[in-house]
Amino acid sequence: MTTATLAGAEANPRRRLKVLASQEALLAIAVIGLAIAVGLYNPRFLAARNLSDVLLGNAYIAVAAVGMSMVIVSGNIDISVGALIGVLATISGTLAVNGAPIVVAWLAALVAGVLVMALQGVIIAYLRIPAIVVTLGMLSILKGGLISVTGGKWITDLPHSFHLADIELFGVLPFPVFLMIVVTILAALWMRYSASGRAIYAVGGNAEAARLCGISQPRTIVMVFALHGFFAGAAALLYATQLRVIQSTVPPNLELTIITASVVGGVSILGGVGTVIGSTLAAVLIAEIASALVFTDVSPYWIRAVQGVLILVTVIADILRRRRMAGA
Amino acid sequence: MSEIPLPQAAKRVVPWWLLRHETMLAVILLIALIVLGGLNSRFLTLDNLLNQGRLTTEVGLIALPMTFIIITGGIDLSVGSIVGLCAILLGYSWKVFGFPLPLAIGFSLLVGAAAGFLNGIVITRVKVPPLIMTIATLALYRGLAEGISQARSVRGYPEWFYFIGQENLFGVPAQLWLLLIAIVISAIVLDRTTFGRTLYAIGNNETAARFSGLPVDRVKLIIYTLSGLMAGLSACVLVSRVTTTRSDMGIGYELDVIAAVVLGGTSIFGGVGTIWGTVVGLAMIQLLKNGLALTGVKGDATIVVIGAVLIFSTLVASSLQRRRDGV
Repeated sequence: MTTATLAGAEANPRRRLKVLASQEALLAIAVIGLAIAVGLYNPRFLAARNLSDVLLGNAYIAVAAVGMSMVIVSGNIDISVGALIGVLATISGTLAVNGAPIVVAWLAALVAGVLVMALQGVIIAYLRIPAIVVTLGMLSILKGGLISVTGGKWITDLPHSFHLADIELFGVLPFPVFLMIVVTILAALWMRYSASGRAIYAVGGNAEAARLCGISQPRTIVMVFALHGFFAGAAALLYATQLRVIQSTVPPNLELTIITASVVGGVSILGGVGTVIGSTLAAVLIAEIASALVFTDVSPYWIRAVQGVLILVTVIADILRRRRMAGA
Repeated sequence: MSEIPLPQAAKRVVPWWLLRHETMLAVILLIALIVLGGLNSRFLTLDNLLNQGRLTTEVGLIALPMTFIIITGGIDLSVGSIVGLCAILLGYSWKVFGFPLPLAIGFSLLVGAAAGFLNGIVITRVKVPPLIMTIATLALYRGLAEGISQARSVRGYPEWFYFIGQENLFGVPAQLWLLLIAIVISAIVLDRTTFGRTLYAIGNNETAARFSGLPVDRVKLIIYTLSGLMAGLSACVLVSRVTTTRSDMGIGYELDVIAAVVLGGTSIFGGVGTIWGTVVGLAMIQLLKNGLALTGVKGDATIVVIGAVLIFSTLVASSLQRRRDGV
């Protein structure tokens, strides 16, 4: 079944490209269309202040979704990333408060992120335990570990220089938005044009064929998870530095929002297909929807249901589209 | 490949049944019981053990259909969210719609079954992988619970409703009877019926099962619906025990349930597993929680241990299986 679908996709490379392009175009249209529609209902939604708040406050989700997209393209999944971001933010904040050089506090989050994710990658790739089991276990280890160590105490009195998210480049461009854009473009180029980037698609699309081409599947998966950990670290820094306090608990259901961004962004859950440009656009769209709920007087308590519907619709559409392509 | 294990098996000194996952687990369980009993005099009392049975029922009811699902090579991550949704709808339909409570219970069970049915229908008809489908509905069902309840809780149920969750029947917690009955039925179904054997066939080789004329899709649809229904039942028991409904009920249940099933020797790759194993797995998880609590470890640290147990037991199980297969 899967091989038939893939064969169909390989036979129509141009068609596949067009479909992918349309996913991103569709998202861009949705982002703009929603802004206009909600703006007509409530013009305050379109205030520069609100739009930039939406982008600023959610850039970290887009950054984390870049790593998640790579993981899903490689045919895996990770539900521990939300808990990891909470842990990394706490590590970084604790170091900064206790007088460590700010750069060390920043680097610690990145290094710890890479280490935790690489470890999971090793267990998944070399010991061949399904990603869902490993990351579900890690989710509870990180979540329980964080609360029992910190007691959920807030970290306050962070040094001013710690706040990475406050930096404005050229006086206008906030650093989180800058990082989101740069990370997305670099990752997209790397995945598209480098041999190691292409290897992710190969492993996720057809592991056996990838092996025959001389691509080491375990090594690729460990690399993907290590990178994912790096992006989780970067996301944690944005998350930690955008507010004056760090709550040192796990942000509830953050992993679901990140997975939603990747999947809605066109990353196929069957592996082998998807781009990070789509996932970043989707992250923006989800943030926009959350804000739109508030401005259209709909209770924000519905946001998770909306996310669920979004994943469901995208996944079903993806599978039906693949089936049609395989049939054609 | 199939001829290789024979000479290896002959070389083994230990009889095969001792190497069975369930037997080893039962032995570990026994040792743990004795050690914990020695460490803390409050542990090995009938009262404590029965109370632990009471606490394990909610997870246990869901672990039974989860065993079926994992045996077929599937997974259901949405069970915790279904518990939340059913709990909210139980309270909501009683308080807001003014349903009599028995009808409200029936309604919430129906919603649970419908939630499971939606999982099953999309998994079998559209062929969305169970993992992704149930991640989507994990978000959706929890979102519905939050949206419908607007984070408000419902309390003040009639007195008789608390019987299921808090009273004893013939000296045993009332809900434990429910669990015992469910265990017996599940064990018989899995071991002695065509339906049960079909689950193993699907898990071992779905394509072969299909070509053998087995109703693969119908069987899958039934077990996912059953999973939702049991999550609904679990929600009713939970509400009755804690006397209130909140939209965050059942968060993290998927961890306990899957850990119990996998710890009980059901292979996450499908094709292998028993209800007996799941029951021992459940006992182990509850024992772990209780033992840690009695030694003064807080609840949050407990989930660290359960997470580690989940990863570690999968590692052991898969390496044992690889050895058995002679790889």
